[in-house]
Amino acid sequence: MSALDPRQALAERLGIEVPAPRFDSPAQVGDLLAGVDYLPSSEIAAVTFLADRLAKPVLVEGPAGTGKTALAAAVAAATGSRLIRLQCYEGLDESKALYEWNYRKQLLRIQAGRRADETASWSDLEEDIFSDDFLLTRPLLEAITAPDPVVLLIDEVDRVEIETEALLLEILSEYQVSIPELGTVRARQIPMVFLTSNATRELSEALKRRCVFLHVGYPDPERERDIVTTRVPGIATQLATQIAQMVYSLRQLPLRKAPSVSETLDWARTLVILGHEELGPDVAAETLHVLLKYQSDIAAAHEALLSGE
Amino acid sequence: MFDLLSRFIAELRRVGLPVSLSEHVDAASAMEVISIGERETFKSVLAATLVKDSTYRDAFDTAFEVYFAGRQEGDLDLGPGGDSGTSPAGPERSEKEWSEDLVDALAEENEPALRDAARGAVERYAGFERGRPVGGAYYRYRTLRHLDLDAVTERLSALELIGPTDNELVEKLNRDEAERRVSHFEDLVDQAILERLVEDRGAEAVADSTRETLPEDVDVMHATRDELADLERALAPLSRKLASRLARRRRRRRRGPLDMRHTVRASLSTGGVPLDIKFRPPRPAKPDLVVLADISGSVASFARFTLHLVHAISEEFSKVRSFVFVDGVDEVTRFFAETDDPGVAAQRIATEADVVAFDGHSDYGRALERFVEMLGADVTRRTTVLILGDARSNYHPARPEFLADLRERVKAIYWLNPEPRGYWNSGDSVIALYEPHCEEVLECRTLRQLEEFVSSLP
Repeated sequence: MSALDPRQALAERLGIEVPAPRFDSPAQVGDLLAGVDYLPSSEIAAVTFLADRLAKPVLVEGPAGTGKTALAAAVAAATGSRLIRLQCYEGLDESKALYEWNYRKQLLRIQAGRRADETASWSDLEEDIFSDDFLLTRPLLEAITAPDPVVLLIDEVDRVEIETEALLLEILSEYQVSIPELGTVRARQIPMVFLTSNATRELSEALKRRCVFLHVGYPDPERERDIVTTRVPGIATQLATQIAQMVYSLRQLPLRKAPSVSETLDWARTLVILGHEELGPDVAAETLHVLLKYQSDIAAAHEALLSGE
Repeated sequence: MFDLLSRFIAELRRVGLPVSLSEHVDAASAMEVISIGERETFKSVLAATLVKDSTYRDAFDTAFEVYFAGRQEGDLDLGPGGDSGTSPAGPERSEKEWSEDLVDALAEENEPALRDAARGAVERYAGFERGRPVGGAYYRYRTLRHLDLDAVTERLSALELIGPTDNELVEKLNRDEAERRVSHFEDLVDQAILERLVEDRGAEAVADSTRETLPEDVDVMHATRDELADLERALAPLSRKLASRLARRRRRRRRGPLDMRHTVRASLSTGGVPLDIKFRPPRPAKPDLVVLADISGSVASFARFTLHLVHAISEEFSKVRSFVFVDGVDEVTRFFAETDDPGVAAQRIATEADVVAFDGHSDYGRALERFVEMLGADVTRRTTVLILGDARSNYHPARPEFLADLRERVKAIYWLNPEPRGYWNSGDSVIALYEPHCEEVLECRTLRQLEEFVSSLP
């Protein structure tokens, strides 16, 4: 493995010791995540394991509400790391994502210097105001300079413009940031990086190439049942099974917006609060609006599942 | 080992998946970390490094089954297998026992038992003949014909997997679950058939016959029903992507005028020096769009997809009007306005639109005349007209003068022809007569071509 080990190669480039792998096997990833109440599919566990071994970011894509962001949080919790989150939006630029010079403080420094000591040379001053003290670190820079273990989450990366994506490339492949006035800041450790995307647009080839790709779809009924039993305390197994199955059946219908896992959980909580132990047509009909958000979807669900043939 | 990977990647590229060199290297590193023996995990990590778009996953899965079907560590030979194909001569069991075992395995979701059952079924019923060049579908049909999976589904749903059947909802849930498990079993049968085929003929020969077309490359006019269903599903994410791309381009085109208030407000934090100059967001100029689509016979499916797509992204145009024709013309904008599901609208167009005036054969001349008349004065220099059709006018007069007249009054006319370019102007196709009056005439047979066209609209 040594000749090809990407972790070792990266560690050498960064001039740090090769860190110990976070996980021993995909199965262990599954156990660790289950320990923090996140039940991964075997695919999620396998790809998380792989990303750690290859020292590559994970690009997580899938419909909203299927646990993409939760995965990063769970990995952070399971490995005892700090979660650093960069929420992407249109108009995000490097001063919000990477670093910014604190020019208010720089101005003050210049004015203070003028009063105290008229003779201070410009070059001293320049060196002074372009130093670490005047640098505001933003999430990306913070993630690589952190001394403690961190997990970096770049959320909804499909929202930034394609040009802004380029900002991410250096950090994703080399784990370093170049600051013209300071030089290159290299990572002190190799953080785990998760990028999430709702696939509202095609991400650039360059970005995809630097990541391993994970599609998180809707879970199968067994996993969804387990998620419900884990996340909703006090729910009867029978009810959880029926809920998972009902949601599965709903997702087979041509709906405008299929119910997400988080909506399943909301629904399960609602049913528990209302004191139901079993799912019947009446109960389902009364509470369907928790699960489905469009009137046309609710009508379609009634037709397909609740009206006896 | 790496040779097998290279050939597998070559196959992916033949399918049309973009696999770069660095992804190839990543896949090789992944193979070092996970042994090929852990099949499902192995497949996951290989997909994670090679497939960066979930719509390509089906094509990847098929190719994976072909190249890695039934392989264990050390078994990395690519050629046809040896004589290992003879069936393990188990004790003959009656069909009844056999299907009981299957129901049991399905009820317990016993994966190894299900795999064995699938292999056994293929062994027993598919009637493999060495070297016979037929595709998997033939063997699949022969195997499934014997299995009577409908009866298995029935018995499985009677087992009340989800709960006691005391109301129709739970009954339906039981049946859905049974169907899900049985369809999983069918997948295993497919897999077993592939394994046998690969054993017999070698991976590369099988790949040639099983290769999947990516949804965006399927020729819409010749798509099978399954492919059309896939296209239908591919359409929603496609239109979402397209809409956000068009919106983005519009927003980015230039910035609006200076926003004095914001600039002054921002300058306060830098002692009144306006370091950050703020602009107002630009006011987007959206084009009008008028679509005229031939919905006769063979080109209907393409018209359906295009109307579907155009209305799904109608927010990106200031106005969209749609017309359909055969030998009469009807405006169908109302169908899209009345429902928020473009699929339903397309359905209603097919059944309710009043498009047959005479014999039900397309008549482009008459359609154009009526179309121009119906549009009347409601077109401006900002209107883009989109015509979809094969220009096969059944030897009726073509009347290109109506198109010429329309051209004078609008911004541009584009003609999308779903026929291959080679067939144009043969037989009753009169596209050459219309071409001089269009901005451009394009061949448009796949979703990919359609997407390229729509995103290039100025």
